[in-house]
This record gives sequence, C-alpha cells and structure tokens, in this order.
Amino acid sequence: MELLVAQNVTKRFGGLLAVNKLDFVQEQGSIYSVIGPNGAGKTTFFNCIAGFYRIDEGAIRFGGLEINDLRRDEISHLGIARTYQNIRLFANMTAMENLLVGQHQNLRSTWIGAVVGTRFVREEERMAHEEARRLLRFIGLQGRGDTLANNLPYGDQRRLEVARALAAKPRLLLLDEPTAGMNPAEQAEMTAFVRKLRDELGITILLIEHAMRVVMGISERITVLDYGEKIAEGSPEEIQRNPRVIEAYLGRGSETASGARPDAPGPATAEA
Amino acid sequence: MTALAATASGWSGWLPAIRLGLLGAAIALYLCFIGIVAIFDPRPLIQGVISLGQVALILTGIGVGYLTARRAADGPLRAMIGATIAGTIAGAALTGFVLLGAVIDLRGVILHASPVTYGVLTFGLDTPGAWIPIVLLGAAGAVGGAVEVLPTRFQRPVISSLMALLVIGLFAGVIRSPMLANPLTDPIARLLFASDGVTPLGAVATVVAVLGGQALNRRLAIPQRVRELPAERRQRLTLPAIIVGVLFVLWLPQGVGSFFAQVVAVVTLYVLMAFGLNITLGLAGLLDLGFVAFFAVGAYTVGLLTGSGDYGIAHWPFWAAVPVAVILAMAFGAFLGLPILGIRGDYLAIATLGFGEIVRILAGSDLLKPWLGGPRGIYPIPKPIEVTPDSFLAGPLQIYYIALAFAAVVAFVAVRLRDSRLGRAWVAIREDEDVAEALGVNLVQTKLLAYMLGAAFAGLGGAIFSTLLGAIISSSITVFVSINVAAIIIVGGMGSIPGVVVGSIFLIGIPELFREFSEYRYLFYGVALIAMMIYRPEGILPSRITRREFHASDEAEPGEPAEGQSTDEPTSQPATGMVT
Amino acid sequence: MQVRLADRVTDLAIATFLWAFRISVVLIVVVGSFLTLSSGKYGLETWTGLVITGLTTGSVYALVALGYTMVYGILRMINFAHGDIFMIGGFAGYFAGLALSRLGFLNANAIASLISIMIMMVVAGVFALVVALLVERIAYRPLRNAPRLIPLISAFGASYFLEYSVKGWAGPGVYAFPDVAVLDQLVPIDFVRIKWLDVLVVIAALVMMAGLYFFVMRTKVGTAIRAVSEDKATAALMGIDVDRAIVTTFAVGAAMAGAAGVLFGLMFRQINYFSGFEPGLKAFTAAVLGGIGNIPGAMLGGLFLGQVEAVGPQLFLDGFGVPGLAGLAKAVGFTMLVLILVFRPSGLLGERISGTRA
Repeated sequence: MELLVAQNVTKRFGGLLAVNKLDFVQEQGSIYSVIGPNGAGKTTFFNCIAGFYRIDEGAIRFGGLEINDLRRDEISHLGIARTYQNIRLFANMTAMENLLVGQHQNLRSTWIGAVVGTRFVREEERMAHEEARRLLRFIGLQGRGDTLANNLPYGDQRRLEVARALAAKPRLLLLDEPTAGMNPAEQAEMTAFVRKLRDELGITILLIEHAMRVVMGISERITVLDYGEKIAEGSPEEIQRNPRVIEAYLGRGSETASGARPDAPGPATAEA
Repeated sequence: MTALAATASGWSGWLPAIRLGLLGAAIALYLCFIGIVAIFDPRPLIQGVISLGQVALILTGIGVGYLTARRAADGPLRAMIGATIAGTIAGAALTGFVLLGAVIDLRGVILHASPVTYGVLTFGLDTPGAWIPIVLLGAAGAVGGAVEVLPTRFQRPVISSLMALLVIGLFAGVIRSPMLANPLTDPIARLLFASDGVTPLGAVATVVAVLGGQALNRRLAIPQRVRELPAERRQRLTLPAIIVGVLFVLWLPQGVGSFFAQVVAVVTLYVLMAFGLNITLGLAGLLDLGFVAFFAVGAYTVGLLTGSGDYGIAHWPFWAAVPVAVILAMAFGAFLGLPILGIRGDYLAIATLGFGEIVRILAGSDLLKPWLGGPRGIYPIPKPIEVTPDSFLAGPLQIYYIALAFAAVVAFVAVRLRDSRLGRAWVAIREDEDVAEALGVNLVQTKLLAYMLGAAFAGLGGAIFSTLLGAIISSSITVFVSINVAAIIIVGGMGSIPGVVVGSIFLIGIPELFREFSEYRYLFYGVALIAMMIYRPEGILPSRITRREFHASDEAEPGEPAEGQSTDEPTSQPATGMVT
Repeated sequence: MQVRLADRVTDLAIATFLWAFRISVVLIVVVGSFLTLSSGKYGLETWTGLVITGLTTGSVYALVALGYTMVYGILRMINFAHGDIFMIGGFAGYFAGLALSRLGFLNANAIASLISIMIMMVVAGVFALVVALLVERIAYRPLRNAPRLIPLISAFGASYFLEYSVKGWAGPGVYAFPDVAVLDQLVPIDFVRIKWLDVLVVIAALVMMAGLYFFVMRTKVGTAIRAVSEDKATAALMGIDVDRAIVTTFAVGAAMAGAAGVLFGLMFRQINYFSGFEPGLKAFTAAVLGGIGNIPGAMLGGLFLGQVEAVGPQLFLDGFGVPGLAGLAKAVGFTMLVLILVFRPSGLLGERISGTRA
C-alpha cells in the first residue's frame, strides 16, 4: 500500500528552485533513502512533508489524505514524526521530559483535569511515564532519564531524538541524517537500530543519509536528488550502477578543487 | 624574575591601580551627583559615628582597594600600596569636586552640588577640609587592600562582620519598631537601635554576634549534619519544618506592626501575581509586559461590583465579585492574546507593553469616565470581610491572609499545571516552538491558554489589590506593575516556584521597607536587573530538574521538586538516581 | 484518519476573530473619517496645522527610530534604554541652552540663535553618545551571546538606571526649555501658518538622516556595519572588527537621539527624567512600522506615525463624538504599535534582517 505520495512537488526560495517537480512514492513498511550532494534539496523535501515549508506546486499525500496545507501539529497528529539534521532536542528538559513531550499528542488530559488531579489524569500520567521509561530502555538510556538532554553525549542525543519521535507513535518516521558525525561502529549500531524500528514496530522509515555504508546497507529503495531534481530512483544495486548518480557525485566533485567527495556513493565506498 | 620585577616596578605596573582608582572616582562623583551622599547624610548607620552617605563613599574606597589588591600579583606590600593609590585617586576626585564647588556654583547643572554634600565630604569643614576625602578614601582603599591581603581565615569574619553591620544598620528601624511594641524586648531595642541605624553598642553587639555565630556554626555544623542524615530521617524532619514555616508565615504580620504588615501584604500580592505570570513567562516563555491590563480588569471589576460609592453598580460581596473578575480578566486575555500570540518573542513583549499603556490611558480617559471615574477612580471599595475597627482583621492583615490563601491556591494550580501534559508543552514551546509544533503541540491554543491563565491570576491580583487600597485609581495602572512582576520571575528564576517568593521579597519587600530610599529604589532595581542578567541570568533560585524516571512511578507529590542539580549546571549529571 | 475537527473549528474561530478585528479597525477609520469630514467642523486651517505638527513630531520619532532600527539590525535586540538616551540628550542640550541663554547669546539675533541651537544639539549628541557607549559596554556587551530575553531585561534595567539617575541628579521636577524667540515667529508665507521652529526641526532631521544614509551606504565604516548586520561570523572572518561596528552603531544612533532630544525639547518646551519613555516607545513603533533593521523604513515609519498621531484622533474619532481626544491621542500611538505588530510585523518597507527565526 502506498503510504506517502508526492506529486510534482516544487519549492522555490526566491529564484532558487530547491525542489523541482518531484514525484515520489513510498510503500508502507519500507525503508527508503533520499540521497544527493549537499544542497540537493533533501532537507527541503523533508521540511515540505513535515509542514515546515509550504510547497509552491504539486501535492503531498499521506495515507491518501492531502497534507500539504496542514499545520505541523496536524501533520504530526496524522502520524508523521521527524528528527533534525542538527539535533533539536529540548535542551533544558531532561531525557524523560523530552520523551513525555513526544507523547503529547497521544495524551488527552485537559488543564482543568490536571489541576483537579482526576483519576483519569493520574492514570494517564502514570502510563505516559511508563512508556517514556520503556523508550529509554529501548534506546539503551535507562538510568539516564533525569539527565538534561543538553548533557547527554552526542550519540545518545541522536538516539533520544529518534525516541522522542517514536513517542508520538508515528506511522512514518523521517530521519534526517541519523548517523551524521558518528564513527563507523556507531553508524553500524544506528543502522541496526533503524532496522529494528521497522522490523519490531512496523514503522515506515524515510531517511536522508550521507554515509553510503548506511544507505546501501538498509535501504530498500533510494531516490537521488541533485539540484532539486530527481536524477535516479531504484534499489541500492541499481543506484550504485547508475551513471548519472556517479556523475552527480564524482563528476562535479572532480571539478571542484578538493576533487574527492567523502559522501560519494561510488562502488568503492559502497561495497564495503 | 628580574625582568618581571622590572616591568612591575615601572610605571605600567601601577596602571590597574590607576584605572580602578579612576573608576572609583567616577562612582564616588556619581554618588555625590545623584544625591545619595547628601540625602543619606541625616541617616546614620551607627548613630553619632557614621552616616549612610559617608558609608556609600567609604564602601566605594574599600571596594576599589579590594579589587586593586586582587589584581596585584606581586606581594602584599605592592598590593597594599596599589590599593591605597586607587583609593586616593577616588578621593582626589572628590577633593577636586569640593574645590571646584568653592569657585563656581555648580547647582545650576547638578542639583546636589550643595553645601550639604560638601559638608558630608569634608566633615563640616567645607573648603578648608578639602583634603579630607583624599585621606578618607585613601585609608578606605588601604582597608580594602588589607582585607584582600589578609589570610582567608581572618578574611571571612571581617567581611561578614562588615556586611552584617551594614544590613543591621539599614534594617534597624524595621527591626526596632516591632520590638518596641513588646514590653519584653523594648529595653533591648532601645539599647541597641537608634530610631535610625544602630547605636555604637548595637554595632559592637552585632560584630560579637556574627563572630560568635560563626564560631558556633563551625563547631556544630548543623546544615552539614542535616545533609548527611539518611534520607528517611531527613524526611521525618520535613513535616515539622513545614509546620514551623506555615506558623511563621501566619504569625508574621501580627508580630511586626502595621507598617510591616502592609509590606508583607503587598509582597504576598506580588507573589500571587508572579505565580500567575510564571505560567506565561516562566514556563511558556512568553514575555508579557501588558500584565497590568488584566490587573486593571480585575481591579475595576471588583471596584464596580462591590464599590459603595458613586460608581459601584451592584454592591456585591467581594467573594461573588472575585470569580467574575477572574473570568473577565481571562476573557480579556483571550481577546488580546489571540491577535498577538503569533508574533515573535521580543515583539510580543513590546506589543503587550503597548496594551498595558492603552489600558492605562483608557482607564484614566474622559471617554470611560462616566463608568470608571477617570483619574479619580472608584472609591471606596469595602474590605472583603466586614469587621469592627478594633478586630485584628481590620487592617492590612485581612488582605494579607486573603492574598496568602489565594497565593497558596495559585501556587497549587501552577504546580499541578507545570507537572502536567500542558506544562511540558509550555516548556517545550519555550525551548523550541517549531519542534514542539512538529510533535503535535497546537501552538496557538497552547500559548493562548498560558496567556489566559496568566491573565486570570493578574485579574485576581487586581481584585485583591483594589480591596487592599480600598479604591482603584487609574494611576495605579502603571507599566511598573508589569515590569515588576516580570522582573520578580526573572530575578527569582524562570519557572521556579520558590524563586518567585524570593524574587518578590527582594524586589518588592526590601524596596518597600526602605521607604526612605524611595527616590532611589528603581535605580538600585535597574542595577540589580543588569547585574543579575550578567552574573546570574538563571535567577536566584533556578527551577530544579524534576526527577521523573525513578520518582514519578509512585505518584510523586505534585509540587515536591525532587532534588537534582539546577538546570544551569553545565556538567553532566551522573545517574545516581538508580539507588533510590 | 483525518484532521481533528475540533482543531479546525478553533482555527476557524480564531481566523474569524482576526478578520472581525481587522474589519472593525478599517470601519472605524473609514466611517470615522467620513463622519468627521462631512460634519465640516474643522476647516482647512486646522488640518494643515495638524499635518505640520505630525511632520515635526514625526521627524523626531524618525531620528530616534533610526537608533532602534540600527541596533536591532545589528544585535537583534530592542535597546529599550534608547528612549532614555534621547531624554539625557535633551537634558544635556537644556543645560547647554541655559548656559548660552545666561551668556545672552541664545537670543542675541537670529544667527546667534541658530548657532546656539547647533551647539545645543552637538552637546546633546556627544553626551548621549558617551552615555550610550557606557550602557553598551556595561549592560549589553557581556550579554552578546545570551538568549534573546536576557539582553532585553538588561535593557529594562539600564532604562530604570538612567531614568532614576537623572531623577537623582536633576530632581523630579519639570524643567522648562529656554525660549528661543526667533523660532516662535511665523514664516512669512500666505497660505499656511508655519513657525520657524517647524522648519528648523524638519530641516535638521532631514540633514541628519541624509548624513546617516550617506554614512551607512557610502563609507567604509557604514559598509562594515551593514556587513555585521548581515552575518556577524562571516564579517569577522572577513577581517571586520565586529565590536567596533557595533559600538559605532550605538554611537551614531545615540548621537542622533540626543540631538533629537533637543529638537523635542524646543518643540514641547519641557523635560524631566521620565520624558524619554513615551517618545522612545513611539519611536520603536516607528521603527517596527517601517520594517525593523531598515533605515529608510525607520524614517518613513517615523513620519507616518507622526501623522497618524497628530491627525488620527481628530479624523477617526471626532466623527463618533468621542470626548477627551487630547487624552486619547497618546493611546493612538500604542494602538498603532499593536496593530502593526499584529497585522504586518515586517513593516511597511519590510525587514532587513537576515537569518531571523521566529
């Protein structure tokens, strides 16, 4: 079943075409990657899906419902949760509190109920705390729940951000460079973690990633963007063989002074 | 080593001393110019020995000397000389001021370049005594230097004795008047305190008490022992401590005379309002400087509904009017909040400030005069509980208890909200509203609720205020109410409930007690705000981390802020909670 | 799976409310103006008089607004103490004027008056500049990287400090600005009543604004200021002294506010320690009105606000028979402020702030 469908999506910033006539289909329960050189429009596309940007043309449908005119909170209610390229945890809240905020939309307490302290509210709070603790265990942070998010190590912050998105009980999870800044061991760990999310929780996953090892390792399908346009789409094997992709990465890379792109998907890095 | 000594002994080695001396000169002159020296001349700190005006100058000298000595890295002797130089420079500026004043009359430009000021500077000798400030501040600088140079063991008693002397001297009147009321303490009060300031005997007693207290404290180390107690024994101490605290709060205004009771009532009122704004500002991070608008709605509603004068329309009892006032304030909050909640933080502050001003102008305008009485306002407003004039509830005491009761309710509500789903959403909005929205938080509704609740409590504050004053006049609706409440929260610590209480005492209570300083209270207030933002932006008592992972499962007492490190602590927190 | 209905209903209610709000504002303005004008209560004379008042007060607002807008542009902070800098400039100018008047120079002849006023403005500008730099150094610079509300609170503190320092220094009383006889005379033209004072204020303001525009657009320091406004980090990498650019911004803004304080004093004839508060808020309004960070915007915003404030109450409200218009005139500026912030926070000419986030 098609869960996320983008049709002819276009986003401009002034004269710049950040995303140009993008068509895109993701099946429910799949792990899908969007890759491309820096500035290719990947994060812009994410922002369009999650309601951070209004698209200029086209339509985005989630589960058959057009979502491109909805507010962020409405989109979240429909079941899309996301993480951010540069981690955006609530820095001065504890890990537990971050996870509790993540559950916000699934809770029903009203302010009057909270003041009176009704049985329903107390029960709901208890369950919410229980759930938050369960998520902490799930990401291996048990015992660190009362630490300020700010004070967690980088890798833990990444995982906590994913867990906060999970707390919203999404059907679709958007991960924006979940392994950025990680060493290979941590990357492998994160890869396993993402796969676990899909396998155990059945969450559909769409990710932006630069580390080709990760992309090729877990994606079932890949879309390659360059200058806001889709230049290729297919399975990891197809992408690795696609000449346009190789050119997009290496071709332009060789024009630049540095000559090498650390994030190139060339067979050399991908086969590892 | 020789090279070092060479540079240090050269001219440039004394530069810090000279720079600090010039700073001291600027401060000392400033103190003279704005009249602190002259106005506080009649006010003794120690009766017959030293006046507050002189203390201000001497403290400048001591401070400059202390700082200079701290900067000096090379030996106590040079530190002392540097300190003296710095003090002397500061004094020389004052001497220059006195000499200049003898030649030209500066009063056209500086109101306080008056004989009184010169008299204070020269101990009444005028121009022939122009040398006095140099010597005095030079000596003060040396004292400051000496304090720094002293070994730590002596430093602490000296500093704390001086501080205690200053505080006791400042508060002498406040401490004395309630003591006079009691025949037991009356003679002691007369012995130790003059009508303003302490007596020389009192000064000696203070120093002895401080030194003795410190020695005793070292011997007994009570706070440390309490800290070392096992958790369950400490908990057993909590209940009696709370009971003692409650009894103290209830007793407070009765024991201390009616002026003090009035002050305490005002402080409590501000605590109440600050609890309310704490939701809007402390939790949700919306800087609302139009707080006074809702305060006005509450006050005028009660005035209109209960007033027994010309403008009273219903003659309701207070208790029936309060809910109406609160609901109206809340509705007003929704009305004003809806259009402006979308705008960004600092703009919101200014827009709400604008609202406050509009309401103030309208309240005093001819347009609404037929209903609100214009500048003369609504008068009289009866007290909530009618009592005979000799009853103990007749004065501000009644309002104090009412304010206290409402403050307790508001605190309860605030704590319950803070620990709820909504409280978390508010804090999330404060931290990063984009992310909060992407997690399903409806920004408009959530912010609006915070704003309306803040407005409701402001209305409640206004309602009580109008009965405290017995009237509501448009000149009480000033932007200062808004700024005061916001400052309480910021100085106390954003989002922190005990912080609000401390902030109110600092910013409302202490200035109210220093009525004699009223000219300067906002000046100190301004300095305090700046200093606070620079040195302790998180507030005096920042809100603490709530332990949730290991605590909340057993339904933590709402409002029981479990201990943890303050939020500003940069170091990561070890997961010690595991043990509990 | 669908969007929650309750949300949509509240959204609709909010949108309706906002539109009702907008429509009622427009209605009041249109109907009020129509009623007032059709009543024919006021002649052309009255209206031109009001327009001239608006032009002069507006020029002063514009001068002060420039300081707000430049500082906001470069530091993203509302320099709440700027109004008090304006007041302090007014006081410095007052004392200078007093001295000149005692020397008998102020009213010696027209040229002497003009020179005197220039001296007063220079003294005011220099004094305001010094105070503003002290405030920047002590209250703002240590907070350069703090979260937004922190410097704002510090600015409130600075504002209090300045106001009450002046109160201590000069007392709470109102000081009457020295009379400059020449300025009260009418310009010898037939069709409108204009005093020389009005001409002076407008010309002085125009000259200063032109000078500022030249300074910011054409000089090296001005370019540095603009670069720092765009992006502090990059500007620093390009070898621009960020601190110096910021200090210059404060200095220029303060000098103009100080000089404006003298003009304001000449217009309203009185000054006390609190007289910077309201003009300050209004000048901030003007800055927002024009689009904060936008220098021509601040000028335009100031002039526009001056007009609305001078003409507005009479034009919009008189037709409804509202009493006590003089008292309400003050509220007009604040109403304007709120309306702009609500409906067009980016101002008339648009903001010139890069990289702002909500």
